[in-house]
Amino acid sequence: MIDAVGHPSSLLLLGGTSEIGLAIAERYLADGPVRVVLAGRQSPRLADAAARLGRAGAHVETVEFDAKDAAVHTEAVRKAFAGGDIDVAVVAFGLLGDQEKAWQDIDVAVELAEVNYVATVSVGVALAAEFRRQGHGRIVALSSVAGERARRSNFVYGSTKAGMDAFYSGLTEALRGDGIGVTIVRPGFVKTKMTAGMDSAPLATTPEEVARITVDAVTKRRELVWAPPQFRYVMSVLRHIPRPIFRRLPV
Amino acid sequence: MARTEKTLVGWARTAPSRATVLSGDEVTSDTQLAEAVTTAGPRGVIPRGLGRSYGDPAVNAGGLVVDMTARHRIHAVDAESGLVDVDAGVSLDTLMKVALPFGLWVPVLPGTRQVTIGGAIASDIHGKNHHSHGSFGNHVVSMDLLTGTGDIRRLEPEGPESELFWATVGGIGLTGIILRATVRMTKTETAYFVADTERTANLDETIERFSDGSDEAYDYSSAWFDSISTGPKLGRAALGRGSLARLDELPEKLRRDPLKFDAPQLATLPDVFPNGLANKATFSLIGELYYRKTKNKRGQIQNLTAFYHPLDLFGDWNRAYGSKGFLQYQFIVPLAAEAEFRSIIADIAASGHVSFLNVFKKFGEGNRAPLSFPMPGWNICVDFPIVDGLGRFCRDLDRRVLAMGGRLYTAKDSRTDAATFAAMYPRLDEWRKVRDAADPDGVFASDMSRRLALTS
Repeated sequence: MIDAVGHPSSLLLLGGTSEIGLAIAERYLADGPVRVVLAGRQSPRLADAAARLGRAGAHVETVEFDAKDAAVHTEAVRKAFAGGDIDVAVVAFGLLGDQEKAWQDIDVAVELAEVNYVATVSVGVALAAEFRRQGHGRIVALSSVAGERARRSNFVYGSTKAGMDAFYSGLTEALRGDGIGVTIVRPGFVKTKMTAGMDSAPLATTPEEVARITVDAVTKRRELVWAPPQFRYVMSVLRHIPRPIFRRLPV
Repeated sequence: MARTEKTLVGWARTAPSRATVLSGDEVTSDTQLAEAVTTAGPRGVIPRGLGRSYGDPAVNAGGLVVDMTARHRIHAVDAESGLVDVDAGVSLDTLMKVALPFGLWVPVLPGTRQVTIGGAIASDIHGKNHHSHGSFGNHVVSMDLLTGTGDIRRLEPEGPESELFWATVGGIGLTGIILRATVRMTKTETAYFVADTERTANLDETIERFSDGSDEAYDYSSAWFDSISTGPKLGRAALGRGSLARLDELPEKLRRDPLKFDAPQLATLPDVFPNGLANKATFSLIGELYYRKTKNKRGQIQNLTAFYHPLDLFGDWNRAYGSKGFLQYQFIVPLAAEAEFRSIIADIAASGHVSFLNVFKKFGEGNRAPLSFPMPGWNICVDFPIVDGLGRFCRDLDRRVLAMGGRLYTAKDSRTDAATFAAMYPRLDEWRKVRDAADPDGVFASDMSRRLALTS
């Protein structure tokens, strides 16, 4: 159960090696005990993540989960809930990919679409079913500011996040009557391994900062937050800029 | 409609969860209720009374919640023996109004009369007379319990069924559904108190007043204390101590109708309070007024509201905390831990977490129930508005309370963790054994039982 001060007893990370996901887990662990279920492909990296959270005081379980194999998503989510109630589930997996390749190479484009959109939708359906049965809990969807308005520089990634974001926005409404909450988090440029080697962008942030904003949003049962929060205003301006001007902006 | 989907919360309005609520015939008929319990499904079932527990013992996400207020019959009142035979859904308020004309007084009254008999037993509630009369379970002569197997068992405090009786007292609804109980009431000549009120200047004086033996002269005693002022005013208190008045102690005017139920309510608070209104400035002001209002006076005749339930002047007062709700932190520590107990009070005042509704009381002996809260010691209750950092602060308090050999109260707790709770209640495993035997299929469950891993 999420307690009166917003602390969960259990946390599921879909994308068990996600740096933002792990930072969220660590932030909760600093406030008290949490059982963490890491869903991901069995790999040394997943084992490292489990060990890292174990050192932070978590009771950690791992569940085999491959975002690219939608056929097993229902089963993986069911297994994640088998060890007891899940209070907060974070949809944390995603790919960035090479954006120039992505719009010219079918395989790269389809892989991005499958992981970032198809898999998040499939997992969302499975999570919704488990949470409704359970009668409480919260889904956190790690979206992106990139989905708010497609840009030339990363529109394939942006389009997948736009789709994912729209799905979870709708899911927020669909689950409202069941007492299940959804929090969509839209980070900007986050300095992680996924973005290593890339030029930093304005309002760049860190996994720890995204985690702080996410945990605060879950505690306050907020449905949409930006990281950093200023993006809310930046994007509401950018959304309305005419195309001829928008394409000349250094964004 | 007998079954409805509802989002339920505890009295502190935090951590909402969704459940199927049973009401009407399905609750009042023994056979239908037994059927509902035995076919409850994987998320289980929990009884609920008037929802005055602050946290999550009477909510059950994804499962069934039985609204016991449908069982509200008073079957018998015997003025001679002082015994009343009542349904579990009868409120203490109703019982008091019905029993008073017979010269019978509810033996244990908590801070509100809006709790059911079932809830009073399941939380083993206490009141200002704990040091003289113990907790509610001490006054229960027998009860009927619907168990997870669908059987109705009559339990008594002594004899073959006594283990399940005492597991049910303080058992937060997890041993079964209390259907009906026989309670031994306290005989009284009047519905008024003879009360002494006084102010203390600081924490030393407050502790002294409860340690110097003067408490023994009163059946009822407790204090409001200042938990906001730091420095010399810290822990200053307004004490109210008294006993039920005898007829010859009443003034002429009240003697004509000495058992009149006299508990006025001024207003019910509307649900319009913004978050943040409950802050240090407003609490300091109200606290100062309350403290100053209290005069050093002896032998006053006071009605129930004035002496016992001043908050009842305002119905639904929990709304004043806004939609974010609040958190009540009640703990007890053994008398021997006085020094560390003083430092906790000082740290609460220095913490920046402000509380107005602070209760201070010295408890007497506890009873046999493994999960009953009271024990001889210092009992403190504070209310904090929900703000950032409150969780960490309370976790630190937990650690210190535990180190002193103290514990938290299930009717108030809404946030501690399973390991801490288990350490605070060393007889938890003994309770689990009795509980599991009465409910072998694990039918009974609540959000609290999941949070604190109470059932297997």
